[in-house]
Amino acid sequence: MALYDVFRISGSALSAQSVRLNTVSSNLANADSVSDSPEKAYRAREPVFAAVLSALDASQASVGVRVAGIVESQQEIPRDYMPDHPLADRDGYVYKSNVNTVEEMANMISASRTYQNNIEVLNTSKQLLLKTLNLGR
Amino acid sequence: MPLSFDSALGIHVKALEVRGKRTELLASNIANADTPGYKARDIDFRAVLSNARNQTGFHLRSTNERHIAAGNDSVSSSLLYRVPLHPSLDGNTVDGQMEKAEFSENALRYQASLTFLDRKFKGLIGALKGE
Repeated sequence: MALYDVFRISGSALSAQSVRLNTVSSNLANADSVSDSPEKAYRAREPVFAAVLSALDASQASVGVRVAGIVESQQEIPRDYMPDHPLADRDGYVYKSNVNTVEEMANMISASRTYQNNIEVLNTSKQLLLKTLNLGR
Repeated sequence: MPLSFDSALGIHVKALEVRGKRTELLASNIANADTPGYKARDIDFRAVLSNARNQTGFHLRSTNERHIAAGNDSVSSSLLYRVPLHPSLDGNTVDGQMEKAEFSENALRYQASLTFLDRKFKGLIGALKGE
């Protein structure tokens, strides 16, 4: 029955979007992290989504979504001259994270809207199924 | 006169089936709203429904995942890609608002078919009871 697959599809989207929300919260939490070298500095993470293709369904009509991986931002790590800082390197620099807070906030809103959309799809499908069960009563 | 469910219930059984399939398709589009390279898909409801009506009761069943689909599934053989109004740079053609609107409309029409079927069943029950 086609409607039951909606639970699988929307469920996969919910879990993918919650991974995205997780990375956003991790990025925002570490926005002000500092370290003593550019290698150790926190880099913003972002999940990469991919459609779940199945070997059984040749037409690939309705597919769920999965997190294919998490990539770190390759933007330059900003550095500050703070010789008094306990983590300052030999030249007096500390290295901050390359998280763009504004970008992360926009990302968060987008993720939560998509999450809500999928919840609504789930709810509607559930109601349709319940009504189908009561057919002829 | 023999009573056949197929003739008594009419087109609504098939319509419900195709509506259910379309619900799944639209849910898949909404789920992949942020997937790079995903192309939104939909079906031509009228074509699929008329296909389903003309179909005979014989189907080819694939018993191995490497079998080529025989095109007995009228929905998957008439899948189309949506023409995007404004495709995004990552190759995704899902328009969230439009997909949601289509989803709501589809759900409503599913309920309409359901109501029709419900009335048909109630009519049959009434006729059987003869009250």
